[in-house]
Amino acid sequence: MSIWEYANPKKFMQTSAWALPWVTGLAVVTLVAGLIWGFFFTPDDFRMGSTVKIIYIHVPAAIMATGTWFMMLAASLVWLIRRHHVSVLAAKAAAPIGTTMTLIGLFTGAIWGQPMWGTWWAWDPRLTAFLILFLFYLGYIALWEAIEDPDTAADLTSVLCLVGSVFAVISRYAVLFWNQGLHQGSSLSLDQEEHVADVYAWPLWVSIIGFGLLFVSLVLIRTRTEIRKRRLRALEARERMA
Amino acid sequence: MTALLLRDLTLALRAGGGFGLSLAFFLIVTILVPFGVGPEGGTLGRIAPGILWVGALLACLLSLDRIFALDHEDGTLDLLATAPIPLETVTATKALAHWLTTGLPLTLAAPVLGVLLNLPVPGFFWLTLSLALGTPALSMIGAFGAALTVGLKRGGLLLSLLVLPLYIPTLIFGADCVRRGVEGLPTATPFLMLVGITLGSIAILPFAAAAAIRVNLR
Amino acid sequence: MVELGKYAGTVLAAYGVTVLLVLGLVALTLTKGARVKRALEAQEKRMSKNG
Repeated sequence: MSIWEYANPKKFMQTSAWALPWVTGLAVVTLVAGLIWGFFFTPDDFRMGSTVKIIYIHVPAAIMATGTWFMMLAASLVWLIRRHHVSVLAAKAAAPIGTTMTLIGLFTGAIWGQPMWGTWWAWDPRLTAFLILFLFYLGYIALWEAIEDPDTAADLTSVLCLVGSVFAVISRYAVLFWNQGLHQGSSLSLDQEEHVADVYAWPLWVSIIGFGLLFVSLVLIRTRTEIRKRRLRALEARERMA
Repeated sequence: MTALLLRDLTLALRAGGGFGLSLAFFLIVTILVPFGVGPEGGTLGRIAPGILWVGALLACLLSLDRIFALDHEDGTLDLLATAPIPLETVTATKALAHWLTTGLPLTLAAPVLGVLLNLPVPGFFWLTLSLALGTPALSMIGAFGAALTVGLKRGGLLLSLLVLPLYIPTLIFGADCVRRGVEGLPTATPFLMLVGITLGSIAILPFAAAAAIRVNLR
Repeated sequence: MVELGKYAGTVLAAYGVTVLLVLGLVALTLTKGARVKRALEAQEKRMSKNG
């Protein structure tokens, strides 16, 4: 029994059908728990007031936005090397989720930035990097949509994902060099000096896990849809041949 | 390889090859900016490095889809793919031809347009140098984007969407190099980063572009 | 009800935008999934009937 058995679409459909209710249920529970804990039962920050509550959506969304791209990168590599269709379909399924997470990060950041920094938008390195990430997601999705043959599309989007990753990382450091930021340092590093206080950190961790599970659940559903779509295409083609 | 390069250059220089188009586009963009921003010399001089870099980048973008599209239409690309030279060499050569017909003329034209935008004197040297060393990266990245979209009927717009995010680091370091040059700050960091991006692109992207073309010809 | 103070609008707007976007994504995922599933089932039924 190796992990590659899950690359068989049939096996994947079976396993995901079994796992989906659990993952989805757990996602809803942790998400609701984390957000309610954060929203109702944490004190206001002495400096930021109640806006500190935005952290429970802003930070998890931002983590998922970058995490999704890394997942797509890994899935694209698996496709290019081992040619498992499920892998590349999962990458395709993940892209719109990553886009949404990036948008949430940008919007909540803008709303939060307005009272805190006095501006909706600043060309702060992290904001700029996320905007660039958003463009990368758009390009990736557009390329999928534009190509008709599914295998060609899978190959080309995977190559784009690889090259895009390299340039996304370079862009990240380029904007860091280009402008100094307004953002605080890392909110969750183990270094206690710049760490957010424990009252905020615990519900934040729960929210992050909730967002992560939500992502897994959505990816499973969307990948199942993609597999069904591919099978539908194959059946239609066979019908036309007969 | 030399034959391919010469062929591409001749095709580009011949009428209808679109050789002058990107230069004319660069000229028009540069002329339009003062109409939008106002004729005040100080403001223009301050934004000149950025405007010239963005203008050169857009002008470069304009001619990208010609790199492979015409050869794909008349079947030359299939012949090149089966030719005894590796496809990686073909893509690199094509990018070089694109640079010789757009990047190089843009670099040479930029100082002249810099005069129109009131670019401060120390900027001219850095503008020319950064464009000369940065535009090869633009051509190579563009060749990769063109290779991705070569099979598509209306790939032009998609090509821009794919390529522009990839252009961001080059633009940042290139324009910053000129800006620092104008202000008399040390330019070593952005300059070296710009050269690094160019060399890295030339080293890696021919392989990615060749892979994309093989997929598209399959 | 929790007291949000003078930043109530800000916090609620941030949560509202997030809920809207996430719900939109979930709705899109579910409707598309259901549509494809139905189409596939119809196709499979038709093919098993005909051949």
